[in-house]
Amino acid sequence: MALLEIQGVTRRFGTFTAVDNVTLGIEAGEFFTLLGPSGCGKTTLLRMIAGFDLPDEGRILLEGRDLADRPPEARPVRTVFQSYALFPHMTVEGNIAFPLKMARVAPREVPARIAAALEDVRLQGFATRYPHELSGGQKQRVAIARALVTHPTVLLLDEPLAALDAKLREEMQIELIGLQKEVGITFVYVTHDQTEALALSHRIAVMNQGRVEQVDEPSRIYGFPRTRFVADFIGQCNLLHGPVIANRAGVVTLDVPGVGAVRCAADSAIAQGVEATVALRPEKIRLAAEAPAGADNQFRGTVHDFLYMGDVTVYRVTTPDGARLEALLANSQSGRAQFFEVGDPVAMSWPLDAGHFLEA
Amino acid sequence: MGRRRAERLGKWLVSGPPLLYLLVFFAAPTLIMVLASFRTPGEFGGLAPFIDEAGKADLNLESWTRFFTESIYLAIFLKSVVYATITTLACLLLAYPLAALIARSDRRYRDLLLLLVILPFWSNFLIRVYAWMIILGPNAALARVVNGALAMFGHEPVPLLFSSFAVLVCLVYVHLPFMVLPLYANLEKHDQALLDAAQDLGADAWQRFWRVTFPLSLPGVYAGAALVFIPALGIFAIPDILGGPEDTMIGNLIKQQFLETRDWPFGSVLSIVLTVAALGLAGVAALVGRGGARSGAPARA
Repeated sequence: MALLEIQGVTRRFGTFTAVDNVTLGIEAGEFFTLLGPSGCGKTTLLRMIAGFDLPDEGRILLEGRDLADRPPEARPVRTVFQSYALFPHMTVEGNIAFPLKMARVAPREVPARIAAALEDVRLQGFATRYPHELSGGQKQRVAIARALVTHPTVLLLDEPLAALDAKLREEMQIELIGLQKEVGITFVYVTHDQTEALALSHRIAVMNQGRVEQVDEPSRIYGFPRTRFVADFIGQCNLLHGPVIANRAGVVTLDVPGVGAVRCAADSAIAQGVEATVALRPEKIRLAAEAPAGADNQFRGTVHDFLYMGDVTVYRVTTPDGARLEALLANSQSGRAQFFEVGDPVAMSWPLDAGHFLEA
Repeated sequence: MGRRRAERLGKWLVSGPPLLYLLVFFAAPTLIMVLASFRTPGEFGGLAPFIDEAGKADLNLESWTRFFTESIYLAIFLKSVVYATITTLACLLLAYPLAALIARSDRRYRDLLLLLVILPFWSNFLIRVYAWMIILGPNAALARVVNGALAMFGHEPVPLLFSSFAVLVCLVYVHLPFMVLPLYANLEKHDQALLDAAQDLGADAWQRFWRVTFPLSLPGVYAGAALVFIPALGIFAIPDILGGPEDTMIGNLIKQQFLETRDWPFGSVLSIVLTVAALGLAGVAALVGRGGARSGAPARA
């Protein structure tokens, strides 16, 4: 049995079902992320684990024990709030001492515990500051130190990096990974930012409209999305949708309107005429002036527009029949050998195994 | 005319009239009062002529000496401080739950609830005080119940009216809204996330109140305490109407000096003592409040 078991949990607000029959098992020591767009139920689920909300149906078990009749203050679970929620009338030290006092830790132990917690988040020397004297990143560290100082069984993090700027967010991500490894506490992390989820997590549960769409390791979530929603939500993706016109020898061919016959390696028994999807990442499309001979899939198009991102350039290419595909070109070559302008004719090609076949 | 000059003129036009008003009706009378405290009372009230028949200026410390040497006056002043303190504490205990309730109630009902708090202001202050004469009167239901209960235990009946009890009850009643409003204004701004965090970190309901809500509400507590304590200290109508002979407060004493004894200099001394005491307490409240603000607590009252 997993450390934290969420079994068939449903939560409704009026006629709106925020969390719909969710079942998850989160293992001890895991960095687990609930990922989804706003309103997908991830925060409601987190609040139920913390105890601020109760499931209408289903159970939440921690170390095999049902949490239902334990209020938030009696659960060995701590939350890092999005707004940090530091006590403004207490110093950093006072904030970190708060949960120790609540847990009636012997006063002579408190200073050492505070010092250790500050060291964990690299904030030595800030003990006597007040929250309003700290930067966003420092407040974040205090909030984490305060939540970890009592060694909870599970640490819940509710979009903790959302308020930080991009550079600092990246730094904090690296630190969070290190911290989690160091303290060995189970992290349950809520975010709507898929790059953050991919970078941090051991496993990700992608949520949509209250339901879990897929639970998997980051590389599998990205490479082998199980549903169109997951494929579309995680990174950029071309969803090539159409009826099956052939399925033999492990290759399915779809008739995609505006594109043509798209061939994709798939271990599927899908019948002819059934609608299906090939999820194709932009970076998997090879973009060139002329398609290489013998490509499994090749289509012509013209550059509609492009976004120069520095490391890569994203091209949006229109086919002669009006479909639009996104292709990504790394700017790693010196010079502008492969740089296209708006209106340039281009050839797109990709091998059989570039796309990911979805039976829907 | 330059824009700078026009702006300066505009500022004076706006702030000039209230400044003038304060000078004429506050600063000048205060100065007159301070001067009067060093004079001799006139034969039929007012002040004796400044230059007497012998050509000597009328300036002395008699009234001041009297206040500090005759213990009865200091005693009355201290009793007033005690009454005002009890009133402030009672108002705080009653107003805090009320303000918290309003602050946490549904946004739609808050304005209505606040209106109910200030509704008593719509009727005259004296009428409300007189109403207590009826409520506490010997034939009213309250007195019957209390004295009926006392009789069961073999006690003599006690009069509720014309007593310290009546004075304090009415002082609390009259000043309660002045405590509720600043407390509400403070509590209404509290961030629910802080209470969630406290609970998450293991604090039960009492600890959440005592370690988070209450310290953060201190600016509101100080503001309310100042708004109740200072007027309660100087009040005279309530002890006049509802109190017994023992319930004379410094306000009554001042009124007596000006209207009955006709000793303006001594009345001035008492007024100055009252003003200085009130200012001193307001200053302390402001300092403590600012201390709270420096430590990061929201300074809004």
